[in-house]
Amino acid sequence: MGPELSRENLVNAVLALALLAAPLIAVALDEPFYVTLASRVAILALAGVGLNLALGTGGMVSFGHAAFFGLGGYVAGVAALHGFEGSHFIAWPLEIGGSEHMLVIWAVALVVTAVVALGIGAVSLRTSGVYFIMITLAFAQMIYYFAISLPTYGGEDGLSIYLRSGLPGIEAEDPLTFFLVCYALLLGVIYLLHRLVDSRFGAALQCARMNPERLATLGIAPFPVKLTAFTLSAMITGLAGALFAELNGFVSPAMLSWQLSGEIIIFVILGGVGRLFGPLAGAALFILLESFIGGLTDRWQLVLGLVLLSVVLFARGGVIGLLAGKARHD
Amino acid sequence: MTDALLDLKGLHKAFGALKATDGVDLTVRPGEIHALIGPNGAGKSTLISQIAGGLTPDAGEVTLLGEAVTGWSVARRARLGLGRTFQVSSLAWEFSVLRNVMLAVQARASGAFGFWRPVRRDESLRAEALGVLDRVRLTLRADDPVSALSHGERRLLEVAMALALRPRLLLLDEPMAGLGPEGTKELTAFLASLKTEAGMLLVEHDMDAVFALADRISVLVYGRIIATGTVAEIRASAAVREAYLGDHLHRKAGVP
Repeated sequence: MGPELSRENLVNAVLALALLAAPLIAVALDEPFYVTLASRVAILALAGVGLNLALGTGGMVSFGHAAFFGLGGYVAGVAALHGFEGSHFIAWPLEIGGSEHMLVIWAVALVVTAVVALGIGAVSLRTSGVYFIMITLAFAQMIYYFAISLPTYGGEDGLSIYLRSGLPGIEAEDPLTFFLVCYALLLGVIYLLHRLVDSRFGAALQCARMNPERLATLGIAPFPVKLTAFTLSAMITGLAGALFAELNGFVSPAMLSWQLSGEIIIFVILGGVGRLFGPLAGAALFILLESFIGGLTDRWQLVLGLVLLSVVLFARGGVIGLLAGKARHD
Repeated sequence: MTDALLDLKGLHKAFGALKATDGVDLTVRPGEIHALIGPNGAGKSTLISQIAGGLTPDAGEVTLLGEAVTGWSVARRARLGLGRTFQVSSLAWEFSVLRNVMLAVQARASGAFGFWRPVRRDESLRAEALGVLDRVRLTLRADDPVSALSHGERRLLEVAMALALRPRLLLLDEPMAGLGPEGTKELTAFLASLKTEAGMLLVEHDMDAVFALADRISVLVYGRIIATGTVAEIRASAAVREAYLGDHLHRKAGVP
């Protein structure tokens, strides 16, 4: 463990603790709005953590991750609708109804995003560079327009979730409890990815980013490695989407929009591409700018643009890079 | 001929009107170092790509270690037992020297799909990779980033990564390029010592190295093999002299 490594760990720990402390303080001060804000940060960070696996570790610049975010959201929305109405999503040959059980919704969101990501990835990963960016965008737009054309599930207006799903013994309607659920998921997923990046698969994936020809020459075909990473990445972002819909009590095609794909990329770049806690730093900075500067002026995105510009020009390692120095390479 | 390490039959590859490979037959026998020489633009790189799997020939067959591999991917040929080095060093640039070789060992031993155990502390990978680095005398550089290596050290690392695959055939694309006289001598001696482990197809411009190492030489000119034979035969061949060697020897004083 070099000094840089422990410095980055320290920065990560401070970030994680700050995110935990903020809603606890907010509850103590009776400011529930900030609990919701912290949940937003945790959930959007999770979406970014997902993208970071594809973009940062695997070098796949997906401009379509909103597709997975939105699909996760729609799984939560559709499950809640049918659960609330007692109706069926599919009545025949299988009876599939709604659910108010959080774990079921998560599982379905993971499976749905995995299946869609396998399809999108299998096609998109035959291209690279700017073509990959455009083809992932095109797929996401297709799903966006598909959602708009579904009157059963609200079409353009979206779908309200009247009752947040729960876990046995956990009252997720309580904002702080819901935050803690999101927070635990975020840290859990970050830990899993930490293991994954350091594993044999992680080594192969990083080589696929740095030099795919070299990886193939060693006997590992880059395509299945990248497809696996792309799919895992989409599943994480999809899970975040399910949580986001539950947080807002609402899901709409906006969750599938290309603007949202762009925002997830911004979280990753702001925080530091390929850095484990980068998306958390990026999402936190984004939400802070949006809430506090957005409270002062509608033109807060001008400030966001300047910050983004500075990061790209002067601090490629993002917030984490500024605080913890260059990424370790070994 | 079925027990040849590599057998090319009637290979053709054209880019538009340019016939880069124009009916190539070539065999690498077990235990053989077979050198492929030819002037720039002769189609050596195109031929190498068709052997390694990066390019598919328009016509003809590639047989590698007894398998008809013409339609196989690069990765699948590597798993069968083909190790290669690149003309321009091709490495995992952000990894250390050791981790580059560990990746090669991993690729041979288990492939890509292990998701949990930290690879850095994987003693089986480390030990074997350090063993390979020791053979090319890069042990002291093990923990340095690849980007810090000298050109010559990068060439050696290329060879080490190919060796870590325990290949039965080595495809060496100008391994001596830019090494300087001392480095060329050392690598020539090292490659000679590998002969019992793997056959080699050696593409090389350095004639001293080629004459010192090769059991047989094939001469490629304008996409065709104009001669194949022992060092003595090739040296004696008038056609080769005219097409390539004479020209090369004349220029040799000025060639790096």
